[in-house]
Amino acid sequence: MKLTPTPKRIAVGLLAAALPLSMAACTKGGSSSSGGAGGELTMWTHNAGNKAELAAIQQIVTDYNASQSKYKVKVQAFPQDSYNQSVVAAAASKKLPCILDIDGPNVPNWAWAGYLAPLEGLDDTLSKYLPTVLGKYDNKTYSYGYYDVALVMVTRKTILDKYGIRVPTVEQPWTKDEFTAALKKLKASGDFQNPLDIATSFTGEWWPYAYSPMLQSFGGDLVNRDGYKTADGALNGPKAVEWAKWFRGLVTDGLVPLKSGADPAKDFINGKSAILYNGTWTAVDTRKAFGKDTLFLPPPDLGNGPKIGGGSWQWGISQNCSDQAGALDYMKFAAQDKYVASVARDTNNIPATDAAAAQVKGYEKGGENQVFLDYAKKFAVLRPVTPGYPFIATEFTKTAQDILNGADPKQALDQAVKDIDANQKSNGYFQ
Amino acid sequence: MSTATAPGLGADHLAHVADSTATTPRGTTDGRHGIRKPLALVGRLVLCLVFGLPLLFMFVSSFKPDLQIFGDLGSWKAFLPVGDVSLDNYTGVFGRVPFAQFMTNSVVITVVTVVLGVVVNSMAAFALARIKFRGSGLVLGLILATLIVPFETLALPLLWWVNKLPFLGPDGLTEGWLDTYQVQIIPFIANAFSIFLFYQYFDSIPKELDEAAKVDGAGWFRIYRSIVMPLSGPAIATVAILTFLPTWNQYLWPLMSVQSEELRPVMVGIDYFKQLNTSWGQIMAYASMITAPVLVLFIAFQRSFINSIASSGVKG
Repeated sequence: MKLTPTPKRIAVGLLAAALPLSMAACTKGGSSSSGGAGGELTMWTHNAGNKAELAAIQQIVTDYNASQSKYKVKVQAFPQDSYNQSVVAAAASKKLPCILDIDGPNVPNWAWAGYLAPLEGLDDTLSKYLPTVLGKYDNKTYSYGYYDVALVMVTRKTILDKYGIRVPTVEQPWTKDEFTAALKKLKASGDFQNPLDIATSFTGEWWPYAYSPMLQSFGGDLVNRDGYKTADGALNGPKAVEWAKWFRGLVTDGLVPLKSGADPAKDFINGKSAILYNGTWTAVDTRKAFGKDTLFLPPPDLGNGPKIGGGSWQWGISQNCSDQAGALDYMKFAAQDKYVASVARDTNNIPATDAAAAQVKGYEKGGENQVFLDYAKKFAVLRPVTPGYPFIATEFTKTAQDILNGADPKQALDQAVKDIDANQKSNGYFQ
Repeated sequence: MSTATAPGLGADHLAHVADSTATTPRGTTDGRHGIRKPLALVGRLVLCLVFGLPLLFMFVSSFKPDLQIFGDLGSWKAFLPVGDVSLDNYTGVFGRVPFAQFMTNSVVITVVTVVLGVVVNSMAAFALARIKFRGSGLVLGLILATLIVPFETLALPLLWWVNKLPFLGPDGLTEGWLDTYQVQIIPFIANAFSIFLFYQYFDSIPKELDEAAKVDGAGWFRIYRSIVMPLSGPAIATVAILTFLPTWNQYLWPLMSVQSEELRPVMVGIDYFKQLNTSWGQIMAYASMITAPVLVLFIAFQRSFINSIASSGVKG
């Protein structure tokens, strides 16, 4: 019950150390300055840990700061996985920066919530951008992105040749029956426990991004896009139910694992699956592993044409920025084709403009990546442009997971429609 | 301080006698006793594997390239440092995150929170346990009632408050604590559970000691500093350990309240590795590096840690 001299000394030492530390602690950092005070424009990006993209963005900022003396942009990088939470927390305390990047489908919600200000005076410049990289809401443009990504079926030519499976093209993609037959053939070979990996282990936005295009390819959708007032008929109509049964069938037939490994691309490279449904971000690693044997195929036509998700990270300015003119000035400067090209090149993504594509190796006419640009132009469908999208996305994710796990498709979809409609209604349809 | 037992027959002695008498009947069931021991050993071994293998996997994988980590998953090789083993992942970690800065931040935040937490909470508990005043029971009840409110519920209101609070520092009086060290420390110093633990412990120390000290002219602070605290080593250790773990593991709050990279703690750093092309080897290397201090402390203070769990009934 008595402190011996040594622990006593430790306790006293710790206390003595803590006091100056606490003083130092309180002095470092100081209060944060967001917004555009004193010509300094704070910029937030989701790229902490993503060296290539962060360096490309930093280069634009360096060029901008050197090009004029009125404003100075300061970059603060956040990790992608927790970026949205940081932004929402900052918005709650009115500490948003002047310039920030946003995941495309969140733009209508953030615009409606008053986080973002419209980009005025950029219409001409942005008319050359892919429509899927522009964040629009209520007929105004709130953001633009330097790149888009595409969803592809990654496989190897040697695998398709070995099992006598046709290589699909943009003009002639696999039909639903052809696709299913190919998967069954691969499964029957015994070489693959689950021939197709659709990355069901991914979380968050992946589910609506990757699997709602399949629903759309069947003829369904997440919501009726005419006014975004209800999902009835779109998400629970006959086409949607057909999609849900097919989706579940992929698992019950053993064509797709109920839950993929932590990294499906690594599993594909290790030969665990024959076909990988994933984004173009896997191109570098898969090409490194298989070289010219790698194929990036269009998704199958499940009845209503092949569909892929559209929209990636985009840049906008916040409504509470105290120097809107400065932020807009930066946005105009940063929208140049050379920057679109440099960011797309450094991130191995699809350049947002044709002029930039011509400057990026692989995206020139006949380049090995041009097929990605073709997919983005021909098959991309924007996620619903409504502030209710985050709720719709969460609801769809939950429903799709339930369906894969054996829930009755019609009942699960009806419930999702009920919840989505209730949310849209309780928010006054976001008018 | 008087006891009912004769000298030499203290509680320890009685316990020893009770234990030794209890061995007699057990001795007659050698067979059952003989089975129990290996069974208990097997049970401990299984528990050891359940908790130890993930750590071993993390550590071993931190030396392997990503493809090999996944290639080895189907066999025991996942737990063995075989194949293409190197320090590349560790080099990669230092290239990707300012690890030393994150680690320094976590150490500063944790040490200051723990030390100030012990001081502040013990003072509060001392006042409640030793100083008689009207409403002390109500105050204690209100403090304990806050235990049922999860932090996630308080996070947004707390964020709003800390954004409005003034602070007197070298830059003079500023408003808003966001993006500072103090926002990661001060809200977590006062802790209802720590107050409760100290209160319980202080309550068990004979009050006659206070009276004797008062007769000798000691004031309340002197009694707290020179009598009660020196007798409260186990309570201090328990509170220190139970404050250390959640502070070291803070994730949600710094995510919300800190924007500058130079002020982030280590736990937020793990997000730097979760990209579309995740570097699993680097995640394992980073996880090994941030787990190491906790493991070292656990091994060093194992006995106090186990006692703290046993006495508080909670796990960090």
